[in-house]
Order: sequence, then C-alpha cells, then structure tokens
Amino acid sequence: MSILVDKNTRVIVQGITGRDGSFHAEKMREYGTNVVGGVTPGKGGETVSGLPVFGSVNEAVEATGANTSVMFVPARFAKQALLEAADSALKLVVCVTEGIPTLDVLEAYDLMRSNGIRLVGPNSPGIATAGVCKVGIMPAQLFIPGPVGVMSRSGTLTYEIVASLTAAGLGQTTCVGIGGDPIIGTRYLDLLPMFENDPETDVVVMVGEIGGQDEIVAAKYLLENMSKRMVAFIAGLTAPPGKRMGHAGALVEGEDETAASKIAKLESLGVPVARLISEIPKLVAQVA
Amino acid sequence: MKIHEYQAKQLFDKFGIATTLGSVASTPEETVSAAQSMGLPVVLKAQVHTGGRGKAGGVKVVSSIDELKEAARTILGLTIKDFPVKKLLVAPAVKIRTEAYLGLLIDRGASKVTFIGCAEGGVEIEQTAKQSPEKIIRLELTVARLKALTEIDCLDFARKLLPGAGQADDAAKIMVAMARMFLELDCSLIEINPLVIDESGRLLALDAKVLFDDNALFRHPDNVALSDPESQDPDEVTAKENRLTFVRLNGEIGCMVNGAGLAMTTMDTIKYFGGSPANFLDAGGSSDPAKSIAGMKLILSDPRVKVIFINIFGGITRCDDVARGLLAAREQFDIPVPIVIRLVGTNEKAARAMIAGNGMILADTLEDGARMAVEVGNRA
Repeated sequence: MSILVDKNTRVIVQGITGRDGSFHAEKMREYGTNVVGGVTPGKGGETVSGLPVFGSVNEAVEATGANTSVMFVPARFAKQALLEAADSALKLVVCVTEGIPTLDVLEAYDLMRSNGIRLVGPNSPGIATAGVCKVGIMPAQLFIPGPVGVMSRSGTLTYEIVASLTAAGLGQTTCVGIGGDPIIGTRYLDLLPMFENDPETDVVVMVGEIGGQDEIVAAKYLLENMSKRMVAFIAGLTAPPGKRMGHAGALVEGEDETAASKIAKLESLGVPVARLISEIPKLVAQVA
Repeated sequence: MKIHEYQAKQLFDKFGIATTLGSVASTPEETVSAAQSMGLPVVLKAQVHTGGRGKAGGVKVVSSIDELKEAARTILGLTIKDFPVKKLLVAPAVKIRTEAYLGLLIDRGASKVTFIGCAEGGVEIEQTAKQSPEKIIRLELTVARLKALTEIDCLDFARKLLPGAGQADDAAKIMVAMARMFLELDCSLIEINPLVIDESGRLLALDAKVLFDDNALFRHPDNVALSDPESQDPDEVTAKENRLTFVRLNGEIGCMVNGAGLAMTTMDTIKYFGGSPANFLDAGGSSDPAKSIAGMKLILSDPRVKVIFINIFGGITRCDDVARGLLAAREQFDIPVPIVIRLVGTNEKAARAMIAGNGMILADTLEDGARMAVEVGNRA
C-alpha cells in the first residue's frame, strides 16, 4: 500500500521534450512507473524515447487515460501548463518546476481545488512509492519498501534522511516532497490523513524547516486525530531572521517561524525531534 | 525584491492611492531645497531596506531650516541594522487625527491573497495579531476575486478599519487600487502603516512598503529598474549572477552544499559539533563546474574562514562535476585553507578518484564531515 501514487498511476510528463523532462521520463520508467506519454504545446505527434507527445493535456488524457501529470515546464511558461492541467480530467499534478510566480501558482491552485485535482508542489522533487513507482526526480535507488511514510519540504535533505532510514533497515511506504515554496498545493496536514489510512504506514517522518507554521499545524492534527506516531526534523537552527535560505518559503518572518521555536513546540506536543539526521532512525524505531 | 518607501509612494501615486509623495535627497543641501518647495514642517525619513527606522533615530520631524540641516546630517551618518543611510525622503509633516494599518499580502496559511487591517495603526501588526487577534480584520480572496474586486466588496472591511469616520468609501477605493497594483506589478506585499486621516479629513498613506515577487521579475523590467544596488549585499548579488544562493554569517567554517534544506542542515550539524558556519551556500541542483568555482571564490572572500566543508548529495548534481570544478578552482587561485569534502550519490566513485591525492580531507557522512571540519578549524 501507499499514498498518492501506486501501480495504477498513469503518468504524462508536461515538458517532455525538454532536457529534464525527457531525462526523468526515462528514469521514472526504469523504476517501473507507468509513463504513458508527454505534452509539449506545438510538438504534438512527435515521440520521445518511444512515448507519444501531445500538443495539449486534454488530448493526452483522452488518448492515454492518464490520471497524473508531472511538470517540468520552465517557470515562465508554467502558468499556462498549470492552468491546462487544472482544466482536465487529471487527478494529481506534481509540479517539479521551481521559481514560478506566486500569483500564477495561486490562480492555478484555486482552479485545481475547485475541480478536485490535487497539486503537489511547485518546487517539489516529486513522490516515490518504494519499490513501485516514482513521479518526479527523486533518486529511486535510495528507497526500500517498509513502514515509514516521509513528507518533506526539501530535496537533497530528504534523500539524505531516506538514505539513513534505508541504511538502518527502515523501509518506506511513500515519500512525498511537498516543495519549498510558500504557496504549495499539498501540505503536511493534507498528507497526514492519507498516511493514517494507509495500513502499511506505521510511522510518519516529517522533515520541516524555518518559515510558516505548517509543521505545528500538522503536529496538532496528529495529536488530536491520529493513532500513528510521528518523528520530526527541522532544518535551519543557524538561519538568521529576515534572510531567505534558498527555498522561497524558508524565511524567518516572525519568532514563531524559527527552527528553535518549532522544535520547542513540537516537543511540547510530544513529537520527538531529531537534532542530527543519524538520530532519526533511532527515534523512528522507538516510537514504532 | 525590496524597494524604498519613496519609490513605493511614487507607485501609490501612479495607482491613485493618496500619499505624502515628498522628494528624495542624498545631501543636507538637497533636503533644504526640497523642504523650501513644500514648506515646513517636514519629516525626514531614512531610506533603508529594514524596519525599525523610527526607533533607530532614522525618522525626524523638523520645523526650521537649522533643525532640518542638523537632522539631515545626523540621519545621513547613521547605519541602521548594517544598512548605511544614503538617501532621505523629505515629506510634508501631517497632523494626524486617526491612524490605521492596511496591508495586502500572500497569506501562506490560507493560500489566499489577503487584506489585513487594524483600526490601530503605527503599531507592529505581528505583535497586535499575537496579543489581540480580535483587533485584526481580514478579507481573504482568490486571485479571481482579487481581479474582480470592486469598492462595494471592500466596504464592510473599510468600515471596521475606520470605525465612526466618514472615510470608508475612500478606504474602499484605496483597497481596489491596491488590488490592481498587486496584480499588475506581481507584488508579494503592499503595506500602508499608518494609513491616516489628517486634520482636514483626508485619507493618506503616510508610509509605504512594497515587496515584489522575485519569481515574477522576468516579466517586470520596470520593477527590476527600481532595485537599488547600493543597498544590497554585494556577495548576494554575485551569488545570484552565478545562480547560487548565498547568505553570509559570522562563523569560521565555509560551507558549500547542494540543496537549501541540506545546506541549512549542514550548518546546523556544524553548530551541533561546536563549530560556527561562515555562510549558507546552496549550489543548486545543476552540475555546472563554474558554480563550484564561483562558490569557492565567495567563501574565500571572507578572511575569517579557516576551513571549508563541501557536502554534496548527488542526485541531479553529479559528484564528478563538483570535483572537476574544485580542481579547476585550485588551478585558478590559491585556496589557503583546508577543505573537508563529502561526496555521495551520482558518480561518487569517479569524483573520489579525482579528489584523491589532492590534499583534501575526505569524509564519508555529513556528520563525520562536520565533526572533522570543526576539528580542523579549531587547529587552524
């Protein structure tokens, strides 16, 4: 079992004729993902590594029965691509593109919300269900199947943490990169009920950072509504206030948004917080 | 992207938001001619990209030319939170009857564009929100509603913002103008604090704070033109030109990492083992060796750096490209401090082979690397 993506996921790649799109389409297929085609406006009828390219999302969905899109379209063209996905029969849109104007994201996200389409990202490394499929750019060889659900705002930090879990023999169900932007389609809070309902997930690892309040909101939800336990990691203890630490969303704008404040609040809510990555597998083993 | 108050007020004026436009001066003499043309009393305000100007002595009302010259000299000599004051806004002093807070921003909690208001202005809105949340007025809008916003939609909010005053219609007009400006310029914040009613009953934006969405600058050359290079950290500008993200800190261990979350974690781990990071440097997800060279130059421009810790978790980033960049950097310029390096992931074997015998200290894990960097730094 898993959340969001599994063997029934049929993926189209928006921006498949680009360098990143074509490369990762191939990597996803190698891992077992059912990639059924791609979309690039103006290039309908071409093929990329044997996959059909369509000129629009709707044509692609109609021809392939795709239910999921993964987006590599460059930021300045992403608005149209997102709006197109929002006005389709897709169920899930995973947006890898980084640096999309916030108002463009909001506008498309509003439309997806009202059309019942789930957006993951933007600025997301994607989603991987261990041993089954991956949608996005995560290095799949890091994952082994097991009982840990992972949700994170980062890319490489997530890989580091998954590698430490795998090295300790703690496999994963699904790992979701929710993205490092301030406006994202799927947040920790949205994923928690999915992990709660997934019979194979026993523990959730939440990888957070400075900025916003989402980690705290998630911990409160977990405490009140869930039977499963969570372990957290928060990056940015050494980040100075008022400075954007790479991610558009990683910015301390108030005292509540510092790593120290988040760690203190999570611990007061009973969520164990690792100070070093190597502590995460130990804490997971303790709460499991 | 930040702009100065005087620039924000010029934009307000263009969008029909009544404000004390004033004029900008960079010498005491220029403030005198500005004040003479608008008439005393005037207010002098330091134009720096930071808050808390008032508390730092960067804002002063003056009513004589002597007082003006003196105050201008003093404020132009100030440095407010690391920002030297190079420009002053000279604006007519306003007699205030009431003041309120009005802002329009992207609310990440609600995923909406949101008007925030408070009938008490001139205060720290974050403090008010925490201590007396009942005093905060909110109007949450989707982008579609923001585009379609009319004065009638704003009236209830405006009446709460200016209770008992007859200016609610004017406030609603300002809100519609703010909405238009927010959308047309791709803002991430428009803040009027305070929004005042003056003695004659006019509604005025007495201060103006505007932030532009960095991600949208590609379609707004006019916004980019408002950027003040003098008020930005030159290192951060250099980093941006090389598609790196760099933030200078006060420590001794230079860091180069791929990915923002991992870069923060690397700094935190250094601190955990008793060291102090000199910088945040996210070299990003690409494999361009030129980035490693630019990154090394930035780190080494700080004489306090005693050791460099390079931590790469290769995914899209190829470890051998990073190694190639480092070796090229050593050819181009002297690297006078030891390097601790940890490379895992894509092409790590090739990278380790390239590095071997070059005097760099190889670490197997992030934590080992951080510990070694701290030790090496302590010995230096």
